[in-house]
Amino acid sequence: MALDASFVGRCYPTAATYQVGREKIREFAEAIGDDNAVYRDPDAARAAGYADLVAPPTFAMILVLRTQEELINDPKLGLDYRRMVHGSQSFTHHRPITAGDELSATLHVDGIRAMGGNDMLTVRCEITDSAGDPVTTARAMLVVRGDDQ
Amino acid sequence: MSQRRCAEVGAVAEGQELPPLQVRLTRADLVRYAGASGDFNPIHWSDRAARDAGLPDVIAHGMLTMALATRLVTNWAGDPGAVVDCAVRFTRPVVVADNADGALLELSGKVTKRRDDGSVVVAITARAAGQMVLGQATATVWVK
Repeated sequence: MALDASFVGRCYPTAATYQVGREKIREFAEAIGDDNAVYRDPDAARAAGYADLVAPPTFAMILVLRTQEELINDPKLGLDYRRMVHGSQSFTHHRPITAGDELSATLHVDGIRAMGGNDMLTVRCEITDSAGDPVTTARAMLVVRGDDQ
Repeated sequence: MSQRRCAEVGAVAEGQELPPLQVRLTRADLVRYAGASGDFNPIHWSDRAARDAGLPDVIAHGMLTMALATRLVTNWAGDPGAVVDCAVRFTRPVVVADNADGALLELSGKVTKRRDDGSVVVAITARAAGQMVLGQATATVWVK
């Protein structure tokens, strides 16, 4: 059941850019119970030196998930989504994400290895803005449990 | 936008503890997070899917736990833009029963390192039902 190691080095870009909207930031902030004014009030965000509402640090997961779907749905990889577990996640922000950003994201398969009957997939999502400048690097370890577990 | 944003948290010393945070999570919170994040994996809202996956019950999204762990740090920092890096390992699921109590997530944090470049590293502890649910959970924050 081991995943095809030749997938290391492949890239999965999102088909369309992602427009960061005020209401989506507000909705996300509400879902994590965070009432920080820079997530909700554009005047407060501008007073803090931002162009518009700021996205919480893990908001970028919305884009990561979109690119991961491309990977998971690639029939040639043969990944069983029902056996997949999120092992680890990190975000490095090169600059904060704010409302009005038009972002692109590409998922890179950095590693595939078998360990203890499981497959460990290391992926990295690079998020850039409309100028092509780096915004966020998100790294994840996805664990695909073996047949007998 | 490349200028560094720094948290105004006064003098920071290694070993300093952040104000703790307790969050009660119910099924409704998981559904709300599913919609906000776009993660509709049914193990986070369907008893049947959770059972089929070999889980004791519906579990919270790991990313919701990470978002709340990060909230502990942004609460302290004030400016979320000063939190430039966050990382976690998901070591144990947060089981959320289908009742009013759901699950109680208990978060605490401590400054473990002060770097020469003006950043500090916060180590985060996350517990549910008395057990650690995150491993090696850290955040890097620029401070004044």
